[in-house]
Amino acid sequence: MTDALIWFGLTLGQILIVTVAVLLSVAFLILFERKVFAGIQMRKGPNVVGPFGLFQSFADLGKFLIKELVIPDGADKFLFVLAPLIMVTMAFGAWAAIPLSSGWQVSNINVGVLYLFAVSSLGVYGVIVGGWASNSKYPFMAALRSAAQMVSYEVSIGFVLVTVVLLSGSLNLQAIVAGQAGWFWHWNLFGGGGLSHLWLALIMIPVMVIFFVSSLAETNRPPFDLAEAESELVAGYQVEYSSTLYLLIYLSEMSNVIMLSGLISVLFCGGWESPFPVHLTPGWASAVGLFWFLAKTFFWFFMFVMARAIVPRYRYDQLMRLGWKVFLPTSLVAVIAVAAFRVFGPA
Amino acid sequence: MTFAARMNQAVKGAALMDFVGAFGLALQHLVRPKKTVMYPYERNPQSPRFRGEHALRRYPNGEERCIACKLCEAICPAQAIVIEAEARADGSRRTTRYDIDMVKCIYCGLCQEACPVDAIVEGPNSEYTVETREELYYDKQRLLDNGDRWEREIAKNLELDAPYR
Repeated sequence: MTDALIWFGLTLGQILIVTVAVLLSVAFLILFERKVFAGIQMRKGPNVVGPFGLFQSFADLGKFLIKELVIPDGADKFLFVLAPLIMVTMAFGAWAAIPLSSGWQVSNINVGVLYLFAVSSLGVYGVIVGGWASNSKYPFMAALRSAAQMVSYEVSIGFVLVTVVLLSGSLNLQAIVAGQAGWFWHWNLFGGGGLSHLWLALIMIPVMVIFFVSSLAETNRPPFDLAEAESELVAGYQVEYSSTLYLLIYLSEMSNVIMLSGLISVLFCGGWESPFPVHLTPGWASAVGLFWFLAKTFFWFFMFVMARAIVPRYRYDQLMRLGWKVFLPTSLVAVIAVAAFRVFGPA
Repeated sequence: MTFAARMNQAVKGAALMDFVGAFGLALQHLVRPKKTVMYPYERNPQSPRFRGEHALRRYPNGEERCIACKLCEAICPAQAIVIEAEARADGSRRTTRYDIDMVKCIYCGLCQEACPVDAIVEGPNSEYTVETREELYYDKQRLLDNGDRWEREIAKNLELDAPYR
């Protein structure tokens, strides 16, 4: 009984730590994104609130919280409030299975890849429910569009995950990362099996790019932010949302972006494994592992930001063509190639 | 489009050539000096011809310049100016009322062009936002006060612009 209580308390503590860390990183990464975005346009970006504008996100948070929460007259009140909650729950729930470092994980699920895939798919319900509950035609149409977009790209993400799982031989994220130990050419990005498998990089690097681009579409980020399209529409399915509920939607989107950056580094770039072999005591190894995981995640987040800054928005038919006619066949061929490699190749 | 051109495009797209090129360009811009002007503390240079808030000027001895010829009222395309005039006690012709509706005004500068004595001018000030519409119905006193407040800048700007008139 006491064991169970201690376990419960420890898990609760871990959840709290991860949640707070994610919230804080969302705050500062939003600032980072705005700074980079501004820098590319030769502006300074937010630099008034606090030193270098470091507290800008907290000022924004305060502003969101004190705004009036407007719920439209004809809206389904319950679902209208529920939708952002679904999105936030799913976005933060996904973090439970992300391995932050060797053994540092809220829940080491055996089928971690499946869990992440399922949870990120469930986030679509937030979009659909939110768009429908607004009882307004534009949010509704935008919700359909963005749901279609997210579902389409999930297919190719699924196939990409299969290639990684085939290479690693495990659905457990800790095992997937541990399988990429050693020099950086052991990363799944380079075939995951050292120098003898290096030619697999010809398949795995394009697969990684497909995963990255699909994550852009999956999170409704530019250049695939057709649901939002600030310069053309107002805000897609979030048109009727205001105040805290809007904040929750925004928060879950950013949290998803960071989660996917982390997932790319876990699946392809060796997660918490350092790019060169080092021998440390287990305690130090975990701390250094956390550093490498964060560094790789940060790199991929930077790529997300750069993609937003430099790539013009796709048209809806181009988006669907890219998803179904380019990524789906390519990832399918990659799955077949990697499977053939596992069956007929060395090892 | 020929087959070769199509293939070329497809290969370039698959190699993300557009993304790579733009990425390099973006990184170059990222480290360039920033163009931001920290507005309330820094300002962009302003032309002497800038047409901002109106002002009625005085002569150095304190006598108001306006002689109530009503040329500005006549030329104003937005009909924003209303003037009433009477003879003063010493017999000189002066305005008793000089109103500018700043909401109607289109800041074309024709009143300044029309004025034979450089009395009505558009000064360099562009920061005169108010909270109610009524505050934008300027009367003679307000305009004369503006003239007193901005006289140095206005005189300087008129002098700089004089060679081109």
